[in-house]
Parts: sequence; C-alpha cells; structure tokens
Amino acid sequence: MKPVPFDYVRPTSIEETCALLAADGDARVIAGGQSLVPMLAMRLARPARLIDILRLPELSGVRDDGNTVVIGAATRQAATEHHPLIKAKAPLLAKVFPWIGHPATRRRGTIGGSIAHADPSAEIPLVVATLDAEIVVREASGETTINAGEFFLGPMVTAIPQGGLLTEIRLPVWSQPRLGVSFHEVNARHSDFAFVCAAAQVGFDETTHCTACAVGIGGLGEFPVRLDRAAKALIGTDLDHAAIADAVDAAMAELDIWGDLHASAEYRRRVGGVLARRALIDARQAALECPQ
Amino acid sequence: MKVQLSINGERRTADVEPRKTLLDCLREDFGLTGSHTGCEHGVCGACTILLDGEPVRACLIFAVQADGYEITTIEGVAPAPGELSVIQDAFCETHGMQCGYCTPGMVLTATALLRDNPQPTRKEIVEAISGNICRCTGYGQIVEAIALAAERLAHANAPQRAKP
Ligand SMILES: Cc1cc2nc3c(=O)[nH]c(=O)nc-3n(C[C@@H](O)[C@H](O)[C@H](O)COP(=O)(O)OP(=O)(O)OC[C@H]3O[C@@H](n4cnc5c(N)ncnc54)[C@H](O)[C@@H]3O)c2cc1C
Ligand code: FES
Ligand code: FES
Repeated sequence: MKPVPFDYVRPTSIEETCALLAADGDARVIAGGQSLVPMLAMRLARPARLIDILRLPELSGVRDDGNTVVIGAATRQAATEHHPLIKAKAPLLAKVFPWIGHPATRRRGTIGGSIAHADPSAEIPLVVATLDAEIVVREASGETTINAGEFFLGPMVTAIPQGGLLTEIRLPVWSQPRLGVSFHEVNARHSDFAFVCAAAQVGFDETTHCTACAVGIGGLGEFPVRLDRAAKALIGTDLDHAAIADAVDAAMAELDIWGDLHASAEYRRRVGGVLARRALIDARQAALECPQ
Repeated sequence: MKVQLSINGERRTADVEPRKTLLDCLREDFGLTGSHTGCEHGVCGACTILLDGEPVRACLIFAVQADGYEITTIEGVAPAPGELSVIQDAFCETHGMQCGYCTPGMVLTATALLRDNPQPTRKEIVEAISGNICRCTGYGQIVEAIALAAERLAHANAPQRAKP
C-alpha cells in the first residue's frame, strides 16, 4: 500500500501548471487526492510527477455569471456544499453532497477532481450530465469548453486531452419562476458509491404545466446518462405519474445497462427506472410548493 | 524533500520522500503513533487528524502537501501531560472504546464537532462519525460518549462558541 516514487511540484499559477503538464507526459494533476491517493497506494496509477493544484487561488471559488454558476475546479466539495450561491442557484448540486463520501473526504475532495475522475456512479458527474453543464479545459495552447454530453467517454475516461487541466465548471441557471429538484440513490451503506442514482430538475410556469425538465441516471453503464427523450416527452405535460412512468420506461428501454458483482444489470434497470420516476415526482412536488 | 510542519503547536522539520503520506511521516519521523494506520486508502478513518481544525484522512495527504496547515493529532488534545480532555474522559467513562484502534480518530472527529456544534443531536453525532469505522463497540457507546462530553462541556465554566 505504498505508492511508487514520484516527484512533487506545487505550481503557483494556471500557466505554470499547464507548462508543467505539457512538458511531461508522465505527470499527473493531484487535487484533493481522495481518489488519486488510493489509486497510487494500490499502484493502479504510477505517475512520475504529481502537480498539486489544490491551493491554486485562481482555481478555487464560486461565482454568479448571470445565466450560469461558475465553480473553480479546485473548489472543495465541503466549501461548495455550504455556499449560499450554490443553494440559491444550483439547488440540484447542493442536494448531492451528503451522498459523497464523508465530511472528512469532502473537506479535501474537489468538484473538478470528481468530474475528472469520472466514476460512472459518482454524484457530481451525474449532476453535470443531467444539467448539461459546460466544462472548461485549459492547455498550454489555449482554452476549450466541452459540453457534459461530450465530456464523459467511459468509466474514468473523459475528453480532457493529455496535458489538459480542468479549470472550471459552468452550471446553467434556469429562469423558470418555479423550480424543483430531487436526488435519489441506492447503495450498500450511506456514503458509499451508488449502485444507481438519479437526479431531476423541473421548472413550471404559473400554471401546472412543466416548461423545463432534465433527468439523469448514474451507475447504469460507462458514465452518467441524461434521459433526453424522457425530458422532451414531459415538457408541456402536468408531470402526472402516468406521463412520468411512460416517459421514463421508454427512455430506459433504449439504454445499455451493465451488471457487476454488486448489482446485476436487471436490478440496475429496475432500480434506475424507479429512482428516476421518484426523482421526477419529488421535483414536481417541490416546484409546485415554490411560492409564486 | 524538506518539509516544515506545524504539529500540535510546534514547528518541526523532516526530510521525506514525496511519496510518504502525512500519516507515515507523523508516525515514523515524529514518533506520533497515536494516529493509527488502518486501510491506507481512505475508508476507515483510523488515521484521522485535524488540519486547520477540520478532520481529514492523514493517509490521503502526502507530507510534502501539509506545510502551512496547523496539524493536530491525538497527542495534542489533552490539556497537560497525564491529563485527558473532557471528550477523552467521556470515552473512558461510557466505555466508548474496546481495542482502541478507532479511538484517536473518533476523539478528534468529536473534538471538531463539539467545537462547531456544542449541542449536537444524535443524528448530527452519527453523521459526524460516519466516516470512522469501529469494529468493536457497535458505535452505541461512542455516540453516548460524545453526547456526555457535550453535556459536560455545556456545564463547564469555560467560554463557549455561540451557536451560529
Ligand atoms: C472513503 C471514500 C468514499 C468516497 N465516496 C464517494 C462517493 O460516494 N461518491 C463520489 O462521487 N466520490 C466518492 N469518493 C471520491 C471523492 O471523495 C473524490 O473527492 C473525488 O472522486 C476526486 O476528487 P479529488 O479532488 O480528491 O481528486 P484527486 O483524487 O486529486 O484526482 C482524481 C483524478 O482527477 C484528476 N484531476 C483532479 N483535478 C483535476 C483537474 N483540475 N484537471 C484535470 N485532472 C484533474 C487527477 O489527475 C486524478 O486522475 C470517496 C472517496 C473516499 C476516500
Ligand atoms: S488509514 Fe486512513 S482512512 Fe484508513
Ligand atoms: S474500539 Fe476497536 S475499533 Fe473501535
């Protein structure tokens, strides 16, 4: 349980970090270390050099950018969990923190680290996928913005190019007057990784017509999926139980689902459908309870 | 690599390989063996220390990353040699430990909890120690110990932080 030897550097700017990454193909970014250090300890990762970004001031913080909430990649999960702007403008993200590890791991684990790590059942990647957030990646050669839909490519595989540094995440802010969010998860123990988890965000106008809808499921396959077809079918409805059930069932039928030692594919399919339905029902309820 | 660390209020230096965890550094370079080595990959909480007052896992930080923080280990919580903190005392009184392997992590976690939330509910206590595994007690007496310590601290004639 001891890592292989490596070099350690702590750059003081994003430029310096990108230059270091570009110069060394065997270098790896370390943020909170809550996923990387176990991988190093088990020697599943053997980088020649670690580039520590956790204390880079440019990478940390949450800001309001009008139509988006922008979160620096190295912002700690614990700091985000209690941030008033996140509660107010990114309520779906605010919901998931109690499910991510423990208070002690959230104090060092970062938002960007969880997204870059891209565990198929991780909660933050699910929120990012469900809301189709934008992910900003910096390289020595410049900056690119990747939509969540094109970002997650496989289990722990992302579109971050070799030498790329994830710098920020832009979560869209919805303008609907009444907004509801919900998150559900099934796991072996609270705080363990999910077998399956589902997130939903819905918006209503002054009537009971749903005018915006997003729903996603994690833990079913290679990466979290957004059920676009279900969301489209539900916009314009009253989000009654029957409409939700039909839309989710149809979307689930299109998915390729994996099984493993912990939960079979059949089990995940069933639980995924139930959790997605529950998330939509609860999100609707929350939206309708919003003061108009 | 040389590191300068601030441990239990004292400045200390060590010469470590970058791959050495803070946990191994505390135990091997400074003889602070109260921080226990359990799983070495973040799941058990036996290695819990306070970093700027907040519980974190010492097995998931390299010693070279730990400069500039105030580190508190279990050796730093008692008011004087031979004495126990109120929380440590409560663990003894309620039998909040059996083998003692998880105890330093539990005590440090409870220390941070009661500093920030002097009157936690049972649920808040359970949530706070949820990342610390105990194979012996079944947790009941640990929760009891923390509740007893909270009660004693509330009645102690010492300045208390106001509840936010
Ligand atoms: C006991 C325990 C329980 C956990 N439970 C959960 C859980 O239930 N759900 C969950 O989602 N997670 C869980 N985690 C993992 C979570 O805590 C991590 O915080 C997260 O997965 C990684 O974030 P990090 O900042 O620690 O990243 P690190 O571990 O530092 O890095 C992870 C990976 O991302 C890369 N990386 C990090 N930042 C960047 C960046 N800015 N740009 C490019 N690449 C980058 C690193 O190179 C590395 O490959 C758990 C961890 C532990 C120890
Ligand atoms: S030894 Fe650090 S969490 Fe188990
Ligand atoms: S007392 Fe033995 S592990 Fe907790």
